Amino acid sequence: MSGAEIGLALSVFLACAVEAVEALTIVLAVGTTRSWPSAIGGVAAATLVLAALVIALGPALTTLPIGVLRVLVGGLLLIFGLQWLRKAILRRAGLKAKHDELAAYAEEAELAREAGGRRAGFDGYSFTLACKGVLLEGLEVVFIVLTFGANQHRVGLAAAAAGAAVLFVVIAGAAARAPLANVPENTIKFAVGVMLSSFGMFWGAEGAGARWPGGDAALLAIVPGVLLAALAMAWAVERGARAPGATQPTRARA
Amino acid sequence: MRYARAFLLGAWEFVVGDDWRTAVGVALTLALTALVADTSIAAWWVTPLAVLGLLALSIRRAARRALRR
Repeated sequence: MSGAEIGLALSVFLACAVEAVEALTIVLAVGTTRSWPSAIGGVAAATLVLAALVIALGPALTTLPIGVLRVLVGGLLLIFGLQWLRKAILRRAGLKAKHDELAAYAEEAELAREAGGRRAGFDGYSFTLACKGVLLEGLEVVFIVLTFGANQHRVGLAAAAAGAAVLFVVIAGAAARAPLANVPENTIKFAVGVMLSSFGMFWGAEGAGARWPGGDAALLAIVPGVLLAALAMAWAVERGARAPGATQPTRARA
Repeated sequence: MRYARAFLLGAWEFVVGDDWRTAVGVALTLALTALVADTSIAAWWVTPLAVLGLLALSIRRAARRALRR
């Protein structure tokens, strides 16, 4: 496996794991408070839709000319990666609330209870909420699988990495029988942001006609470079937020 | 019509997110890279430089907003 393929698999695995943790919280909340069979049905329906998207769009993307594909993929990965990085840096500095799985679980469970008690048969509420949660969290992962995979003609590898991450999170969730609150979500999101931005830079510039010194080996400089720059920005924001006279923001759920 | 509008709004929100300036900046960065690549000057440095600048500006805007609240 090449360095770029390892980067692809790692980025997809981490991005998928962190989204799966958030989806698991929603599914656990509705499953525990209302109906497990309906919640699992919702998960299955959403998974089918997401898999269909990968199967339908993956081959279509790979037919695009490589230059066009790289600019498109690079640009989109950059937009996504910069969003992930910005949010992770703000959370680290305390300027944006960290995602609290226990609070999210309690909120979802309360809403589910308010909507009615435990159901014996099919429960539309549980099905819809689980399906919507998995779909929304999964769409971003599908996007990452498609862009990373299509660009390297390894949609299968990207999909396998995503599948492994989901399996890992489901097994961990089943073992814990609770929301996975101790996962360092922000650190993972920071790492994913670094990877998406780095690969986006690399492919975007190549697609636009630039030639990287050293070819693919340039990634060995780009990834640590982006990481260091992002850490420096995080440090500067943290310092600014703690400076005397800086108004402390009210912490709220993301 | 209503569904098409909702779909477009959803797609915009999904791709661009809450910082359209960064998305526009990325598009301009890649266009600038292509322009420089068409000359005899090496173009590989344009994207990293511009992207890190975009990230810094985006964080500065968001941090200021958060601190003002």
